[in-house]
Amino acid sequence: MELITLHGIEKTYQMGDISVPVLKGISLAIRQGELIALTGSSGSGKSTLMNILGCLDRPTAGEYWLEGQEISQLSADERALLRNRKLGFVFQSFNLLARTSAIENVAMPLSYSTENLSSSEARKRAAEMLGRVGLGDRLDHYPSQLSGGQQQRVAIARALINHPPVLFADEPTGNLDSRTSEEVLQMFEQLNAEEGITIIMVTHDPKVAGHAKQIIRIEDGLIQDNAAADGPTPLTPGDAQ
Amino acid sequence: MRIYTTAGIALKALRRNPMRAMLTTLGIVIGVGAVIAMMEIGTGASTALKKSIASMGANVLVIRPGTASSGGVSYGAGTSTTLTPEDCQAILRECPAIRNGAPMVRTRAQVVYANRNWVPNAIYGTTPAYLDVQDWNTLAEGEPFTDRDVLNSNRVCILGQTLVRELFEGVSPVGKDIRIQNISFRVIGVLSPKGANMMGHDQDDVILAPWTTIKYRVTGTSLATANQSTAASSDTVNTLSNLYPAAQSSLYPERSNVQQANNPMPVRFANIDWIMAAANSSLEIPLAIRQISEVLRERHRIRTEEAEDFNIRDMAELTATLSTTTTLMTNLLLAVAMISLVVGGVGIMNIMLVSVTERTREIGLRMAVGARGRDILRQFLVEAVVLCLTGGAMGIVLGHGGSQLVRLLLGWPVETSFAAIATAVLVSAGVGIIFGFYPAWKASRLDPIEALRYE
Repeated sequence: MELITLHGIEKTYQMGDISVPVLKGISLAIRQGELIALTGSSGSGKSTLMNILGCLDRPTAGEYWLEGQEISQLSADERALLRNRKLGFVFQSFNLLARTSAIENVAMPLSYSTENLSSSEARKRAAEMLGRVGLGDRLDHYPSQLSGGQQQRVAIARALINHPPVLFADEPTGNLDSRTSEEVLQMFEQLNAEEGITIIMVTHDPKVAGHAKQIIRIEDGLIQDNAAADGPTPLTPGDAQ
Repeated sequence: MRIYTTAGIALKALRRNPMRAMLTTLGIVIGVGAVIAMMEIGTGASTALKKSIASMGANVLVIRPGTASSGGVSYGAGTSTTLTPEDCQAILRECPAIRNGAPMVRTRAQVVYANRNWVPNAIYGTTPAYLDVQDWNTLAEGEPFTDRDVLNSNRVCILGQTLVRELFEGVSPVGKDIRIQNISFRVIGVLSPKGANMMGHDQDDVILAPWTTIKYRVTGTSLATANQSTAASSDTVNTLSNLYPAAQSSLYPERSNVQQANNPMPVRFANIDWIMAAANSSLEIPLAIRQISEVLRERHRIRTEEAEDFNIRDMAELTATLSTTTTLMTNLLLAVAMISLVVGGVGIMNIMLVSVTERTREIGLRMAVGARGRDILRQFLVEAVVLCLTGGAMGIVLGHGGSQLVRLLLGWPVETSFAAIATAVLVSAGVGIIFGFYPAWKASRLDPIEALRYE
C-alpha cells in the first residue's frame, strides 16, 4: 500500500511582484516501511518539499495523498490535528523546551491530542517512550543536563509519542558529532526495521544518506534521480497529469 | 485540551522566569492594591460620615403643627395649636419604627446671671428623651434632668457651652442659679460641645429645661408668639413664688358661673410647639412617617379626605446630598486607581508581546506537534490571566495591608469591603483577558515554518 503519494506538487513563493517557483511538479510514491533520504544542494527545494510532506505548508498546486486521504487543501486546524496524529518531527536543533524536564517534553504533544489522557497516563506513556530510546534513567533531567545525542533522542521520543506512521527528520545529525550521529541513525534504522515506521530524512550529508534504503535527489525543484535500485517509483512529471 | 492542563502549562511557563513574572505583575499588584485601599478607605469615610450625620439627627423626624386659617387668611406655621404631649406619648407607644421622641417647647428670653446677661438662640422645654433623640447623651458636666422634674415642672436646666462661656466665663455653672425672664433656675448640667449645625446655627447656644417649666412658668405661649425676644424680655420683677409667669398666663377672660353653666368651654389642653422623634434607622424613616401620620390622624380625628393638621419632616435630603458627595469622592479615587490598573494591563501586554517573540520557536514546535491556533491563543491568554490573578491576589493583600496601616498610623476609619475584593478579582482577570488577547492572538497567527526557523 502506498503511504504517501504526490502528484505534480508545485510551490511558488510570491516575493512582491515576482513569483519564485521552488517546486516545479514533484510526483512520487512512498510505501510504508521505507527509510528515505531526501538530498539536494542548498536552495534546491528539499526543505520546501519536506514542509509540504510534513503538512506544515500547503502546495500551490498538485495532490497529496496520505493514507488514502487527500490533504493538500485542508485548513490549518485540520492539518494541525493530522500532524498530531500521523506525523512526527525531529529537528536539527532538537527544539526541546528549555527548563522543562525530558518527560514533560516528551508528553507535550499528548496535551494537544484528542485522546484526552490524564496526566498520570501521559507521564506513564512518556516514560515508556523515553525507555525505548534508552533514556529511562533520565526522565527528570532538563535539556541543559543532557548531551546533544541524548537531547536528540528525547526529541525522537517526543516525535513518536502519538505512534505516528511517518517520522520526518530535518537534518537530524546536523548538530551532532560523528559518533552520536551514528547512534541516532542506528536508532532510526532500528525503529524502521522493528516497528515499520516510515522515516523521511532531509540531509545533505552523503554519509547520513548512506544509511537510507532509498535516496531521493532534488535538484532545482525537480526529482533528479533515484539512487536505490528497488526505490520508490519515480514518476515523471508527465505521469501526474 | 483540558483547562487545568492549560493552566499547568501557563504556570510552568511563568515559573521558568519568576523574576520577570514578578516585575510584570507589579503593575497589577499596585493597581489592585490601590483599588482595594481606595475602596476600604472610601467606605470607611462614608460610614464615618453617616455616623456623624446621624449624630446631628439624620434619623430625626420633626412633627410640627399645621397652619390655622380662617376665612381664607392663613395665620402661619405653628398657629394650629393641635399637638399635645399626649400625641408624643401615643407616638412612642404605637409606632414601632420610632426609637424615642420628645415634645418640644421653644422660647427666646433673656438669661441673667450675676451682672451678666445673654439671650440664647433658643430655650427648649423638653423631656430627657430629647438628649437621646439628638444623640447628645454624654454631658460635659452634671446630670440631665429627669422625668420627675418634668412632671413637677421643677426649675432646673442644662446649659450649652456658649452660655457657660458668656455667663460664667468658663467657670463651672453646676449648682448655680440663673434667671430666665426673672424666674430662677438651678443649673444641674452642661451639654457637651456640638458646634455649628449644617445651617450654621450654633447648637451650643441653647438651654434645655423641662417643657412643663418652660410652658407654664416662663411662657404660656406657643411658637406663634415665642420668637420675639423683646416681648419676652422682662419689665416686671417677680420675686414671689412664680409658679405661674406674670405675663400671658391667662389665656381666657374670667367667666362667671352663669356663663360657664350656659356655655361650657372645652377643657384647654397643653399644646406644644413640635415633637422630635428618632427613627430606629434611616431605612425605617418612611415607615416611621407613615406610622406617625396614622396615629396622629386618629388622635386628631381627621377623616381620610381631610388634610392633616400637622406635617412631618425628615433629614432625608440632607443625608442624600452628603452621601452623594462621599460617593462622588470615592468614585473619583476609584477612577484614579482604575487608571493605574490600565497602566498595569499595558505592562502585561508589553511583556506578553516580548514573551511571544522570545518563544517563537516554542510556538512553532507546539504547532508542529499538533497545536491549533486556538490552543496557542488559549495558552497565552491563560498565562496572562494567571499573571493578572496572581497579581490581583497580591494586590488584595497589599491594599488591605495598606488600608490597615492607614487605620493604625493615621487613625482614619477603614472598612473591609468584600465587594471591593470581588471587583478586584474580576477586574484583574478582565485586564488579563483584554490586554493578553492581542499578544495571544499574534502568537496564534504565527506560521509554524517561520516560527521554527526563527532565531
